[in-house]
Amino acid sequence: MTLAAATDAATELAVATNEHLANLSNTLIYSAMAVYTLAFFAYIAEWLFGSRSKVGRTAAALTADTDAKAKAAAPAVTVNKAGGTTVLERPQVVVRTAAGSRDVPDGPGAHGGTEKGDLYGRIAISLTVLAFAIEAGGVLARALSVQRAPWGNMYEFNITFTTVATGVYLALLALKKNIRWLGLPLITTVLLDLGLAVTVLYTASDQLVPALHSYWLYIHVSTAIFCGAVFYVGAVSTILYLFKDSFENKLATGGTPGRFANSVLDRLPAAASLDKFAYRVNAAVFPLWTFTIIAGAIWAGDAWGRYWGWDPKETWSFITWVAYACYLHARATAGWKGRKAAYLALAAFACWLFNYYGVNIFVSGKHSYADVGLGALQSVGF
Amino acid sequence: MSSTSRTVPGKTPGTGDDQDLGAAGSQLSTAPEEESPNLPSLGVVGWIRWFWRQLTSMRVALLLLLLLSLGAIPGSLIPQEGVDATKADDFRANHDVLGPLYDKLGLFHVYSSVWFSAIYILLFVSLIGCIVPRTWQFVGQLRGRPPGAPRRLTRLPAYTTWRTGAEPEEVREAALALLKKRRFRAHRVDDAVAGEKGYLREAGNLAFHVALIVMLIAFAWGQLFKYEGNKLILEGDGFSNTLTQYDDFKSGNLFDPDHDLAPFSFSLKDFHGTYEATGPNRGTPRVYEAKVVYSEGAYGKDEATTIKVNEPLEIDGSKVYLTAHGYAPILTVKDGKGNVVMDREATALLPLDSNVTSSGAVMVRDGYRNPEGVKEQLGFNAFFLPTYGGKGSAMFSTFPALLNPMLALSAYHGDLGVDAGFPKSIYQLDKTKLKEFKGSDGQLFKKQLKVGDTMTLPNGAGTVTFDGVQEWANFQVTRQPASGWALGGAVVAILGLAGSLFIQRRRVWVRAVKGADGVTVVEMAGLGRSESAKVPEELGELAGVLYERAPGAPDADADPETPDPRAVPAEGAEK
Ligand code: HEM
Repeated sequence: MTLAAATDAATELAVATNEHLANLSNTLIYSAMAVYTLAFFAYIAEWLFGSRSKVGRTAAALTADTDAKAKAAAPAVTVNKAGGTTVLERPQVVVRTAAGSRDVPDGPGAHGGTEKGDLYGRIAISLTVLAFAIEAGGVLARALSVQRAPWGNMYEFNITFTTVATGVYLALLALKKNIRWLGLPLITTVLLDLGLAVTVLYTASDQLVPALHSYWLYIHVSTAIFCGAVFYVGAVSTILYLFKDSFENKLATGGTPGRFANSVLDRLPAAASLDKFAYRVNAAVFPLWTFTIIAGAIWAGDAWGRYWGWDPKETWSFITWVAYACYLHARATAGWKGRKAAYLALAAFACWLFNYYGVNIFVSGKHSYADVGLGALQSVGF
Repeated sequence: MSSTSRTVPGKTPGTGDDQDLGAAGSQLSTAPEEESPNLPSLGVVGWIRWFWRQLTSMRVALLLLLLLSLGAIPGSLIPQEGVDATKADDFRANHDVLGPLYDKLGLFHVYSSVWFSAIYILLFVSLIGCIVPRTWQFVGQLRGRPPGAPRRLTRLPAYTTWRTGAEPEEVREAALALLKKRRFRAHRVDDAVAGEKGYLREAGNLAFHVALIVMLIAFAWGQLFKYEGNKLILEGDGFSNTLTQYDDFKSGNLFDPDHDLAPFSFSLKDFHGTYEATGPNRGTPRVYEAKVVYSEGAYGKDEATTIKVNEPLEIDGSKVYLTAHGYAPILTVKDGKGNVVMDREATALLPLDSNVTSSGAVMVRDGYRNPEGVKEQLGFNAFFLPTYGGKGSAMFSTFPALLNPMLALSAYHGDLGVDAGFPKSIYQLDKTKLKEFKGSDGQLFKKQLKVGDTMTLPNGAGTVTFDGVQEWANFQVTRQPASGWALGGAVVAILGLAGSLFIQRRRVWVRAVKGADGVTVVEMAGLGRSESAKVPEELGELAGVLYERAPGAPDADADPETPDPRAVPAEGAEK
């Protein structure tokens, strides 16, 4: 009895410190949401105060394009003129887009090339960086409060996932990729996701189940979250591609898009650029996703004695993987490029989402962590 | 090459370019040519050939992949026999219409059903039919040399030119050396140098697809020959690997128990578990291990080792996993005359939760006579808490270790029904032929015991003493042959995929000729398999180096060629 009493006292003490950390984590998450909201308004301001192109760059480019096509019979030769009589440092390379693709320049971005818009955009990005740092702190505090990786329930998944997605966006920006246009849609969904997390999915900081100690678990789950965040970035640009593509098609066939479409879509990169970006992002992370599944299989082999058992979570990882393979194939298959491939990419991301949320909510399986070890009991005949 | 299918329906810009460029653009990939699915009009052979062409086309491979992902879905939503047979049976029992229908469609075992197998077998036939010709083609490309420069380099996606005072021959020599140094496969054709790089991309792609086949075969092999059995062992007891010793056993279709069960044995010396005592992780196992002594083969030497949760013991191709642990109360039962009918015997109980609240049945089969001297059997429903919260608290354990063990028994007598010839669960009493012992209140006789307590059955029927607690561990023994092949395949697949997706296959041409005015004109152009910012970037860099060797000369007065209005300067480290 005395032993039990002693452990109880110690437990209370430990619970107190952990509660402190858990509260800190909650405060940080709420603060991050506040800053994300400010960033959200700044992105909106960037769009609002950025120039609303009246002429329509895309339209102009597309008509110019037809002019060029009319002259296509003449030899289309590109010569570097920068030389002149002065000696240049290095000859300049001229690129041509492939025959058959629309030659549309990228839009200037949300700010529309105006200084005011650009200023708001920069403010938005600074705020995003700040919110990201705060949210990352919140995730860390949460992890410390539960003394394990913060991937134990849906709430924790969501806060980790949004942090990583924002991190991927900021990292791409830091690498000087042309993706500022992603800011508004990304931060909007991050906010929605966090809102969902703190209201519906909130779970008090608690140890639920004895986690199996294997570093494969950590590798597997962390790469899964990372892949998801990257796939998400890919999916957003795929959606924007579909919009921009129909916009360009409409212009090319002489239609007049609505004022809203004109104002927004005209500022986005060309459909071809969006498509290419989405492809690169998805293709770059596909090997890592393959690795994630294999790491999961290795871990399952160690923990459950079989490396593949068609558990719902495993099944949906497999479905997601095959769906992305479909997408990659489609891009190399005549008649499937472009919009059809884009729909496949979206379907693949939907599979990923379902694996993350749907399987946890609607389907029970070994991955619903709670029954670790009970699988054996069932087979003993219980 | 990204473009919309709408602008150029039915014809890819890629092939368009290839035609423009002649041989120069050909064979940058070994992807099969797409043909329109025209129906053949020539007899059986024609049909077979047509069918084969279709099956090995990219379009059909794509459709089969789509089907594979769609086909995998029902198995995640409908209970599967292979995953959880009880759930599948429950579903059948609860759905009069859907049950038989699902049975007919094989939906309770999707991943071994005929239609699912058909999809992946077709896919893999298609894959093989695709890989073999692609491999030959690739070998041919490796043996051959990059195609010579197209006549008009200006039509290529990346292009640059300048005039130089150097002789054309010098420029070509320098270009060849440069390309070779950058590990291009380069050679001279006529007035130009042709180079190609990035063959590893194709090699990686082929390796990836071959690895998929290896993985599938390894997986199928493993499924056919695998076995998996469970055995619950009390501390001090042993196990030898024969079919009859298992509590339950599953195996693949081609598994042969006479040959495929490796002859080994082991015994459980001690289960050792310690648990986090405080904090949010209270109750989480810290140490969770079984000390065992095993021997390989029929007459092997005894070796001691420890099995942990993620660290199975490997013997002779089989793996022994520690999958669960629980308690077994040790009981002594005497009849009314004081004869011992159960002597300090431990009975394993099954845990119900992570704090090891356990339940089960204790059975006395032989040797017991009731006060009237008639042979009978005794049965006890047992409920066990390793850590009892104290009087008035819920009947659930509050901690997984043995801090304050408490055993609750309710007693029955009569016929246990265990001799009837068919096996019954040993964890549950079959009460059909059992009578309750009644307490003084007329209710079922129940008692809570601490270690050392004895309970006396009503009407001089005997006594039960709770002597102590022993631990047990459950072991899963599995063998899945060819898992090494599966892992090897997986590693090759990832490496191949990385090569396939990250390496660009590209060609560079450098042409140097004397212009009409006697000044050498250098032209350089690059072509990648897909439009990538890397190709112009690399071309710019190569041009920069070559330019140092063949510096610019003043421009001629009149440029003989008109600039292309569609030309856009290369963006640097573009999106
Ligand atoms: C088991 C099913 C298959 C999977 C998971 C799979 C997966 C992949 C992946 C991930 C790529 C890389 C895509 C890229 O380079 O952009 C690829 C490329 C390719 N696959 Fe498959 N594949 C499968 C079956 C097949 C089959 C049956 C064929 C034969 C028709 C095939 C032909 C090709 C070709 C030709 C490429 C190269 C495309 C290119 O050059 O861009 N694959 N495959």
